[in-house]
Amino acid sequence: MFGNLFRGLLICIGCYAANAWAILDIEITEGVEGAQPVAIVPFDWVGTGAAPQVDISAIVTADLRRTGKFRFIPEKDFLERPHHGGEVNFENWRALGVESLVVGRIRAASPGNVIVQFQLFDIYKRSGAAQTGPGEPEYKIKQLAGYNLPAQVKDLRRTAHYISDIVYEALTGERGAFTTRIAYVTATGEGKKTEYTLQVADMDGYNPYTVLRSSQPIMSPAWSPDARQLAYVSFENKKSQIYIQELSTGKRNLVSSQKGINGAPAWSPDGNKLAMALSRDGNVEIYIMELAGRRLRRLTNNTAIDTEPSWAPDGKSLVFVSDRSGKPQVYRIPVEGGRATRVTFQGIYNARPSFSPDGKSLVMMYGDDDGFHIARQDLDTGVIHMLSKGSEDESPSFAPNGSMVLYAASDGTRGILSAVSVDGKAQQRLKLQQGDVREPAWAPYFK
Amino acid sequence: MVSKSLWIIPVLSVFLALGCTPAAKVKDTGGASVEDRSGQAGADGASATGLPGSDGMQANPMDDPANPLSKRIIYFDYDRSEIRPEFQEIILAHGAYLAGHPDTVVVLEGNTDERGSREYNIALGDRRAQSVRRLLLFQGAADKQIEVVSYGEEKPVAEGHDEAAWAQNRRVELVYKR
Repeated sequence: MFGNLFRGLLICIGCYAANAWAILDIEITEGVEGAQPVAIVPFDWVGTGAAPQVDISAIVTADLRRTGKFRFIPEKDFLERPHHGGEVNFENWRALGVESLVVGRIRAASPGNVIVQFQLFDIYKRSGAAQTGPGEPEYKIKQLAGYNLPAQVKDLRRTAHYISDIVYEALTGERGAFTTRIAYVTATGEGKKTEYTLQVADMDGYNPYTVLRSSQPIMSPAWSPDARQLAYVSFENKKSQIYIQELSTGKRNLVSSQKGINGAPAWSPDGNKLAMALSRDGNVEIYIMELAGRRLRRLTNNTAIDTEPSWAPDGKSLVFVSDRSGKPQVYRIPVEGGRATRVTFQGIYNARPSFSPDGKSLVMMYGDDDGFHIARQDLDTGVIHMLSKGSEDESPSFAPNGSMVLYAASDGTRGILSAVSVDGKAQQRLKLQQGDVREPAWAPYFK
Repeated sequence: MVSKSLWIIPVLSVFLALGCTPAAKVKDTGGASVEDRSGQAGADGASATGLPGSDGMQANPMDDPANPLSKRIIYFDYDRSEIRPEFQEIILAHGAYLAGHPDTVVVLEGNTDERGSREYNIALGDRRAQSVRRLLLFQGAADKQIEVVSYGEEKPVAEGHDEAAWAQNRRVELVYKR
């Protein structure tokens, strides 16, 4: 009955995806060498009534494991289960080779509210044998972090991710990205009955909600630098158009509906401009649009296909894909225009380039005789590191702290999302129960 | 009669292929009058099959399997956008039809197989549709009779991950508007 009104398009603001979608299986598919040994003790529940269903220690463990920088002493080997510093006997942990220990508990507060208490300890060897007198322990324990975090029970996953951020930063010196979000496109059904959605979820795939639902394809989601808006390509009007949607309100604007192709939106680091691929002048070229006045400036000018722009973090240049030398390769051009210089010289086909947050490397789709893989290229040296081993890997997207790369892959029958640490050593698959998932985009830090 | 008029099309194609200029452009390809069928849909009660401009009383050339106009999918080689020789006759037939029915509009939907990046494939699908468009224009279709949209790899007809599926997906579809 609403078919004519909506023409097959429905925008859900804050809709929760159906149960079949909500569960993303996370499986570790590869192990890691040289990782820091960590133990995370299951948190205690202090209160009457049932404990919250969220397992904080399990979430923190999964978060840290995903980075490939840690290895975890199995819970079954624990000699004790402390919940705060006073209960810890550090010999029990040194004996297991543990160097970092997380303990905590959840205390009931007012209805629907709790206080999450946790501590992070570092178990280290005292330096210099001369400093130890008789009976003094060789190892010492030092608290690196201790917090009391008030939280609502319904937001406990977020608190767990916040704890992961604190632990990660204390142990690596690097900012964590565990409270950030991801966007991705799904397709279910086949042929004319296919339904497409654009979804946003926590970075571990939980709590997905639908931003856009359509009977026509959706492509190329791109986060604004403040993580509050998404640009994307929609075919809802039977041609490609670029929209920008504000996530908190669901309000959206049509920003590009030129004749021909409107594709590959990419936000400038200052959030004021959108680079895009348009074929309004006859063939696909890169343009930059000032969002305030919708003014367009053309950046490339040749008969080849030029598409998939991505901004350098300093805003002074862009990389993009061009087949001007035969097959698709990555090129770099100053933001004011001018000569494009080729960046990729290995592999048959290089596409979908994306800068690391520090601007020093690119991830991309790298095609060779074995298919398409995710590669990282160091921009100073030109050295390429293969990050993935699948044959249909595409759409790589960096975490905002540069520690991991999310990308689309195939499990043989359907599209899935996979995350790999930036050194390529730790791999983790996120899997939907149904349908085909593609085009992940990792959000920047929320501002 | 219908069949005699249509016979001109393959013959013309041969002339064109030989580099000859036809003495006169074909104006009426199917013996069908240039009618806008949409205005008559209620009047004759016919269901929405056939093409705008087709006369429902005679056999619709678009549905006649012996007629090149019934073929509305053009296939392509991997990573290529040139029209293969075996498809030229079909496109020229459609071009001549459009030339003879100036109110008819066709949408060319460009597609690719799944390999490669999605936005590059949008551009490749567009390139394929543009190849078909050029040939239609050459045959006398007007610019305003042809719309182009590329779906890249987003709308496969075959879901497999092998050459058999890929070959089916590398295509341009001619979709006539009513």
